[in-house]
Amino acid sequence: MSNVIACIDGSSAMSAVVESAAWASAQLTAPLTLLHVIEEGHAAARQDMTGHIGLGSRERLLEELAELDAQKGKLLLEHGHQLLDEAKRQVLANSKVTDVAMRQRHGALVESLLALAAETRLLVMGVHGEDHGAGSHIGSQLETVLRRVHKPILLTPDKFTAPNSVMLAYDGSASTKKAIELLAKSPLFAGMPVHVVMVGADSDTNNAALDWAREALQQGGHQVETAIVAGDVEPALHQYQDQHQIGMMVMGAYGHSKIRQFLVGSTTTAMIEASKTPLLILR
Amino acid sequence: MFKYLKEHWFFNTKNDLLSGIVVALALIPEAIAFSIIAGVDPKVGLYASFCIAVIIAFVGGRPGMISAATGAMALLMVTLVKEHGLEYLLAATLLTGVLQIVAGYLKLGELMRFVSRSVVTGFVNALAILIFMAQLPELTDVTWHVYAMTAAGLAIIYGFPYLPVIGKAIPSPLVCIVTLTIVAVALGLDIRTVGDMGQLPDTLPVFLWPDVPLTLETLRIILPYSIGLTVVGLLESMMTATIVDDLTDTSSDRNKECRGQGIANIGAGLFGGMAGCAMIGQSIINVKSGGRGRLSTLTAGVFLLIMILVLDEWLKIIPMAALVAVMIMVSIGTFSWGSIRDLKKHPLSTNIVMVTTVAIVVATHNLAIGVAVGVLLAALFFANKVGHYMHVRSSIDNDGKTRRYDVIGQVFFSSSEKFIASFDLKEAVDKVIIDLSHAHFWDITAVNALDRVVIKFRREGAEVEVIGLNEASATIVDRFGVHDKADAEDILSGH
Repeated sequence: MSNVIACIDGSSAMSAVVESAAWASAQLTAPLTLLHVIEEGHAAARQDMTGHIGLGSRERLLEELAELDAQKGKLLLEHGHQLLDEAKRQVLANSKVTDVAMRQRHGALVESLLALAAETRLLVMGVHGEDHGAGSHIGSQLETVLRRVHKPILLTPDKFTAPNSVMLAYDGSASTKKAIELLAKSPLFAGMPVHVVMVGADSDTNNAALDWAREALQQGGHQVETAIVAGDVEPALHQYQDQHQIGMMVMGAYGHSKIRQFLVGSTTTAMIEASKTPLLILR
Repeated sequence: MFKYLKEHWFFNTKNDLLSGIVVALALIPEAIAFSIIAGVDPKVGLYASFCIAVIIAFVGGRPGMISAATGAMALLMVTLVKEHGLEYLLAATLLTGVLQIVAGYLKLGELMRFVSRSVVTGFVNALAILIFMAQLPELTDVTWHVYAMTAAGLAIIYGFPYLPVIGKAIPSPLVCIVTLTIVAVALGLDIRTVGDMGQLPDTLPVFLWPDVPLTLETLRIILPYSIGLTVVGLLESMMTATIVDDLTDTSSDRNKECRGQGIANIGAGLFGGMAGCAMIGQSIINVKSGGRGRLSTLTAGVFLLIMILVLDEWLKIIPMAALVAVMIMVSIGTFSWGSIRDLKKHPLSTNIVMVTTVAIVVATHNLAIGVAVGVLLAALFFANKVGHYMHVRSSIDNDGKTRRYDVIGQVFFSSSEKFIASFDLKEAVDKVIIDLSHAHFWDITAVNALDRVVIKFRREGAEVEVIGLNEASATIVDRFGVHDKADAEDILSGH
């Protein structure tokens, strides 16, 4: 069963994540799963500097450590239940979605998402995580998740409003062409105008690529507008978005080589940091 | 990259540093004691511990596990050192490292699953006994001062933690060594000290290639020792990795650990140290003191070297009685006392395997042989037990002219004689039906047994019909990999 999986973590963006997941679940008519990952499941290491072992040390040590971890684990599990119950209540009260499941997992966020990858259709996460106030830096685990989990990811800022138009950052490459094909078939943006925007020069190849994109989307029954804008990728795209009041952006991720990213910085990270609307990332 | 460092090295910095220091303090007497067991200068064991601990911190697969020169490995080196000398030991260490890296690439770490729990317990108990026995030469033919000092040392080690405030802040082995040294010097006792046992390090380890001829003759000499060292080293490391996995509730990469052990041993051999492996006692102490990451192992190795270079004058005057007390503590902690209690609870076959492993190791002073015998015994007991899972039902019908045999269960070499004996071969019937659809044939012995039965019946003029042979012999094929097919449960369900 391919679900929409929403990552619940008790941060300030949590209700926005829940709303956007409910919206996506309704658009796709896919069941919604609320996922809470318990990461710091082990109690802090104890300090016993006696440096000696006696009769049955190993068994006793294991029991002690297990007992400490158990106490902490129970609290975390209980906390997780509360978060998930609150999120489910919010979904049922504010949207038409009825098929809501709740799950908790232990371990790192990335490992849990990879374990659930087979049943994921769309992943929904907040841009900011638990460790942030409303700062402008993206969550610490976001980059790892984006790189390793090869499923579509919907990133939500601290407030969510359902979009009525959507924009795709297009550069004519194979991965963005695949994104266009996916968008054309998907019911996620049914009935919304789609803007296909390319950052670059007004050349023949670019125009030809845009024409191809327009046809592919129109075949899918979408209303299409295309544009070529000049300048730096991130400011140009966001300027276009503001001009046309577009509610959601779609893009690929981490297209450049790692060395270029280390030296120059990642376009993807810049886009995510500056984004004020939900952002759908396709790999 | 910083993220990698933060995640794998510096997530538990304060505790790792402190526990590394505790471990290093206990490692010094152990490395000296194990060098003496092997018959080499204490500096060989100390350099080995430093090199192995530092290298494993970087390339090992189990963060938080302490590797250094160990008793298990030292016991295997005794004859090599006695007959051929230190240089051959270093060459054997290098070869051990190479073999361990090969084992890592061949994924031999996975072979641990064939070593049953009772063999592991036997290994650990035998190791504890051997460490204790290695202390006895220091306790025989000596004055009563030595006995008194040793007893006092043990009292300090076990009693010191009960003191308020400082009891849990300073490692008791350290207190024991310092106290006994002061007492020995103050009273001017004439007892053996570390300095009497050989040379201690006074420089950083020096790179040197072992001074042995590069001939087949050398290989012939060191290969048997290296194989033994490889097996014992990897066994103890895999077992310790399991223990640390359980204590820290994290998983480890076994094959990476094998390769890491190999690299560490090569490093030890090139810097004048003996072969080593993971240490159960020290790893438990490390986890107990709060160490969880690679930084604790690195700290232990570096601190060890700093201490022995800075304190080499004082190391010489430590009385052997203090080291003996620490080693007795280690052997008491390593022995699995629960296994004595469990002797009453566990089935006889388990107890026989465990006790046999211990007995053979103590008799031969070779852990590899003991484990081999233990694994063999455990496998035989297992085959015997499963051989009981076979039952043949018989019924007669058709006015006494047809006999039907239903075979249920596992037919293989252990149960094939019983299989044959279950058929009444002297009964005169017209037709015999042998129904195998609920039986599993596991090897050619079973098929052969079936053939013999069929031929015997035919010779008596009975017509034989065998039903369900295809399903039954599906289990003879080596790679039938049934576990991932949808009907696996039906095929493998118990009877």
